[in-house]
Amino acid sequence: MQEVIEGRVWTLGRDVDTDQIISGKYLTIIDPDELKKHVFEIALPEFAKEARRGDILVAGENFGSGSSREHAPQAMRAIGVGAVVADSFARIFFRNAINLGIPAIEAPGVRAEFERGDTARIEMRTGRVTNARTGRSVPFPPLPHHLLDLLEAGGLVEKVRRELAARDRPGGAAP
Amino acid sequence: MNRAGGATLAEKILARAGGLERVVPGQIVEGQVDLAMMHEQGAQTVGPFHQMGATKVWDPDRVVIAIDHWVPASTEGAAVLHRILRKFAAETNLPHFYDVGRHGICHQILAENGWVVPGDLAVGTDSHTNMLGAMGAVAAGVGPTEMAAVLALGRLWLRVPPTIEVRTRGAFGKGVTAKDLVLRILGEVRTTGAQYKAVEYSGPTVRALSMPERFTICNMTTEMGAKTGMVAPDATTFDYLAKIAKHPMHPVAPDADAGYERTIDVDVDGMPPMVACPYSPDNVRPLPDVVREHVKVDQAFLGSCTNARIEDLREGAALMKGEKVAKGVRFIVSPASTKIYDECLREGIIETFTEAGAVFTNSSCSACFGGNMGILAPDEVCASSSNRNFPGRMGPKEARIYLMSPAAVVASAIRGEIADPREFL
Ligand code: SF4
Repeated sequence: MQEVIEGRVWTLGRDVDTDQIISGKYLTIIDPDELKKHVFEIALPEFAKEARRGDILVAGENFGSGSSREHAPQAMRAIGVGAVVADSFARIFFRNAINLGIPAIEAPGVRAEFERGDTARIEMRTGRVTNARTGRSVPFPPLPHHLLDLLEAGGLVEKVRRELAARDRPGGAAP
Repeated sequence: MNRAGGATLAEKILARAGGLERVVPGQIVEGQVDLAMMHEQGAQTVGPFHQMGATKVWDPDRVVIAIDHWVPASTEGAAVLHRILRKFAAETNLPHFYDVGRHGICHQILAENGWVVPGDLAVGTDSHTNMLGAMGAVAAGVGPTEMAAVLALGRLWLRVPPTIEVRTRGAFGKGVTAKDLVLRILGEVRTTGAQYKAVEYSGPTVRALSMPERFTICNMTTEMGAKTGMVAPDATTFDYLAKIAKHPMHPVAPDADAGYERTIDVDVDGMPPMVACPYSPDNVRPLPDVVREHVKVDQAFLGSCTNARIEDLREGAALMKGEKVAKGVRFIVSPASTKIYDECLREGIIETFTEAGAVFTNSSCSACFGGNMGILAPDEVCASSSNRNFPGRMGPKEARIYLMSPAAVVASAIRGEIADPREFL
């Protein structure tokens, strides 16, 4: 995980739920590269074509509400979203994003500070998102160590892989 | 965050799961999982499970797979998901697979087979896993990667949630149901009001509810953004589980001086039926107000994990008897499980619906999520007993879904516009 994440901003409104991120008709798709073609088809139709690796999403309240579908953050990861910053997140989306190694930052008030095309700079450890155009910033409570470690490892898969490897090694730690 | 005083239901359950004396909101706990459930989304668990280097499931007796979204498979993609799960279950020796023929909506499968018991920490790859909190458990939805870690290790991290208490009192009037109560609460708590929180339902009204009614209420706690919705176990819970509990119970009750973040009082005396209007489950209005607007209905749906249990279908059939589905309305009735389907068959409920002009389908999520069947055309309106009415939920984003009780759905199917079931009683 980078300590400072910088990227071009796409904005979204409040209550963007998982149906608007990846609609129900694509849920049988497993291949993330196929999924990413349909990401935000409802909420932000031009995103799938125009997004670049490292872009940052800035959303309003309750981002990712609705179903537990991991298709939503998976499609974002496949597209290379650098971070998602929102006024608030729905809990399963938040977990899914972090578990996949996508920094999900809850910074109340952030949505009002950004317009599409701005550059956002996120300081993960100090807990600050700054708009390069306006110079204004919004503070946020830095993620707890547990979650920073998870991001550091690159997500849950890698973290558990290390844990299992350590356990299965002769003389390794007991669970 | 530190606090004096007693513990809430969620705090007690998470303390046990974490092997701790006491936990407080905000604390991160590594919880031992009592039950893990997967539906089709579990197919995405298999990849990460292998990438983690895992070969064995921590406890095959505590894993349930129930396919429900596309049953029988309606697309090639769904058939592949099912096959991935079958293969995974065979390879890792998972005996509890509710495959086509024994299938049902995953939450109903857990409920009717006693897979979740009081005091449990249960997780499932579906956001409405909350429903099982009605057993006096912490039951929460997780994503497939997280589920892979649970299958490998049998535990997961959880932030202990603050608890909102919803204290109910009063008795339902005729034609008013648990669904109306939870819609009313949603109208107050809103879709973000319980984010990351637990909701504990208490008070005499909830105490008097049957388990199926408690399932309905806990189910829609998901729409409040909550981690879990729960009812402390009592005689109703123990009776329900007496013959079916799969594992030993370890019931706990909240302390009398439990520290709630907020208490909401709801009095249902005189409460009318409620309806959630497009495009959010918290856009709740008294049903009679909407009835006056003569909202024409193209489709009616009596189904989903919220309201397609035998009690719901019996109640619906009682209203349907001797009536006809209005011209121009497609009425889809989908029981929540194969077991309920069989009960409907035996009780003549299927015939009541089909004679009236409804289509009675095999048990599945059916029209609830817009990916299988019963999809709407743009601009169409659906009266539904399900739990979500976001844009795009049943197909096109323009389609309008109104959420209501099973009785109100049937009344609307008969009238051809959104109707009040009390006019039929
Ligand atoms: S019935 Fe609807 S809400 Fe329930 S599990 Fe199925 S798709 Fe989800």
